[in-house]
Amino acid sequence: MKTWNRRTKVLLLTAVMAALLIALYALGALIPDDAVASSIQNAKQPPSWEHPFGTDALGRDLFLRTLKGMAVSMTIGLAASAISAVVAVLVGVCAATGSRRVDACVGWVIDQVMSVPHTVLVILISFALGRGLRGLLVGIAATHWCSLARLIRGEVMQLRSQQYVAVSRKLGRSSGWILVHHLLPHLVPQFFVGLILMFPHAILHEASVSFLGFGLPPEQPAIGIILSESMRYLSAGMWWPAVLPGLALVLIVLLVDKLGDHLRMILDPYSAQE
Amino acid sequence: MALEAQDVYFRYNKKQPWVLEGRSLKLERGERLALFAPSGRGKSTLAMLLAGYLAPTQGQILLDGEPLPSKGVCPVQLIYQHPEKAINPRWRLGRVLEESGSLQEDMLEAFGIERPWLQRFPRELSGGELQRFCVARALLSGAQYLICDEISTMLDVITQAQIWNVVLAEAEKRKLGLLAVTHNRHLAQRICTRMVEL
Amino acid sequence: MNLLEIQDLSVSFRMYGRGLEQTDLQVISGLHLAVRPGEIVAIAGSSGSGKSLLASAILGILPGNAAVYGQMLYKGEELTPQRQQRLRGSEIALVPQSVAYLDPLMKVGPQTGGPAEKRRSLFKRFGLPTQTEQLYPFQLSGGMARRVLVSTALITDAKLIIADEPTPGMSLDQALEALRLFREMADEGKAVLLITHDIDLAFEFADRVAVFYAGTTVETAPASDFKTGPEALRHPYSKALWRALPQNGFTPIEGFQPYAGSLPKGCLFAPRCPYKTEQCIKEVPPVQEVRGGEVRCYHGT
Repeated sequence: MKTWNRRTKVLLLTAVMAALLIALYALGALIPDDAVASSIQNAKQPPSWEHPFGTDALGRDLFLRTLKGMAVSMTIGLAASAISAVVAVLVGVCAATGSRRVDACVGWVIDQVMSVPHTVLVILISFALGRGLRGLLVGIAATHWCSLARLIRGEVMQLRSQQYVAVSRKLGRSSGWILVHHLLPHLVPQFFVGLILMFPHAILHEASVSFLGFGLPPEQPAIGIILSESMRYLSAGMWWPAVLPGLALVLIVLLVDKLGDHLRMILDPYSAQE
Repeated sequence: MALEAQDVYFRYNKKQPWVLEGRSLKLERGERLALFAPSGRGKSTLAMLLAGYLAPTQGQILLDGEPLPSKGVCPVQLIYQHPEKAINPRWRLGRVLEESGSLQEDMLEAFGIERPWLQRFPRELSGGELQRFCVARALLSGAQYLICDEISTMLDVITQAQIWNVVLAEAEKRKLGLLAVTHNRHLAQRICTRMVEL
Repeated sequence: MNLLEIQDLSVSFRMYGRGLEQTDLQVISGLHLAVRPGEIVAIAGSSGSGKSLLASAILGILPGNAAVYGQMLYKGEELTPQRQQRLRGSEIALVPQSVAYLDPLMKVGPQTGGPAEKRRSLFKRFGLPTQTEQLYPFQLSGGMARRVLVSTALITDAKLIIADEPTPGMSLDQALEALRLFREMADEGKAVLLITHDIDLAFEFADRVAVFYAGTTVETAPASDFKTGPEALRHPYSKALWRALPQNGFTPIEGFQPYAGSLPKGCLFAPRCPYKTEQCIKEVPPVQEVRGGEVRCYHGT
């Protein structure tokens, strides 16, 4: 058998992880609503072959509910981190190419946003916008761009001082042309890696804010809601609604985080030859 | 018809010492001038000032009596010591040339640029080959003055001779004003009509 | 006896090409070199011909994706990785190529090491003010940093000093002073391996010059031969180098040095050689002794 080199292995692993995530998402999204309808006679059952995660106090299958919740979380997470990443690129590029005052201003805003714990900020924004999907989305998107924006600002600053950019200017190219042709293409890997690494944070924040009751409405099968409900029954000895969906959440977050790491390994020229 | 530095002073900011103090220099079209000095005397800084990459703190750089244009194609082009830094590593070399104008077949021939190179990425070519692209790119833009800042220092002597023979031929053909910054006295004597020591 | 002897050394890097293909880039191939105590051997060649990698190979500090074949002997014994680790910094010292080799968080004085008196006298000879010891590397100018780097190697009691491009950035006087110091070290019985792309310098200060081409030494000859002219040289590439110097004609031969990825099968210089024959294209010529020098050419005279 032909032995695979390291890059092939890493790529393969990344593809498997991505496929797994997509499959989980599709599964969750395809589950019909009546599959998680309540049935009192099945209530409070511990995990079994029929109900791998058991059922909750209303007799809803927790495995299916978790899958469905995960799909909701992933949608929010992806949307929020995509918005965040785009904001980060815009802000970062503006700070790096704009005047000194713009840069100072952006730096100040980033400091302000980062000085408040994310969870508190997400709660405030979500609450101000009337909770629900929209509030949560805006809340998460508005808080996660800061560190990536800083990274991109630094990258653009460094690129702008390159000799080939100076040459381009003397060949009569405009700032806009240089931005599009010389600078932005270098940011593509940063953008994608940043987006994917932001994803687990977004999911965790969504879950925690929903858990605290400031996010999604209770009828949504979100992970945060499931965990929040489970607290009521924990003292009655019902451990499964808290532990199993919680573990599933941790697993997904770790999976996405590893995926981001692998992607960075492949795209980063410093580790690409290892 | 001349490129002129008039009593030029330069420092990066007020806290830093002067890199250049009261330098004047005149380069005519069709003239080949060598700027000969050991390192640390501000040769490269003067080169960058003359090409408009830096603005003098005091004094002025004049092209035919007018200040250098700050926008558009600059008639004074600078070629750096490290060609691999002066070329976007993500661009194929064909695109690098097209950045300054459309390709000219006879130009490729004159510079010893082989056709397949245009499809390659910079890391697939050596310093000497990349330097040809940098010179060709500068000339494609229609430059009237060429500032060569130690362009052959990192090359072996054979490649050095190859590049300079091409540059000298083009300078002759186009009546370029040429300023060669170098620390090699033999090279300066070989390529230039006049020598200035800093 | 040779202090350092290198036989048939090859170094290749495992690199990824486009997509998933992996190739071995051979950057040094079939290299022979000997350094005796009391002499300066210059290695002259263009940037990218693998000179600096040779220094890393001798010291055992190549990156992880490099593979080394062939034999390296120090004092007649094999240079194993363990031995390299023990010897580097004590018996074999490196004058590195750039300031990046200095620890940015450590003051120059302690970083230079050695007894304080020796350090001061070295600094004095190089025209470095005593306060230099109290500076951090980022506060040094290019030329100062270069002199500090040379000092770090000269301060040790190393028997073999490998200087990787030690002079760029120095003024002519400083460069001459550094080379004079190397000369003194050699006269005391140490050996200096001077890696440089400045051939003029190599001719002037070295005892022997090894000409590097595409990752191998094509000719090793007494430095005096290079001053005499092409008729004293053995390899067609050395002759071409001589003729291309600005002071001797400035006439280049055609063509390019081959890439590490696509080396010719036979003699590495064959594609550009005016004297090439069928044999040169097919087989790598062996190293031959010709008139007190070594040459890797079938037609070396």
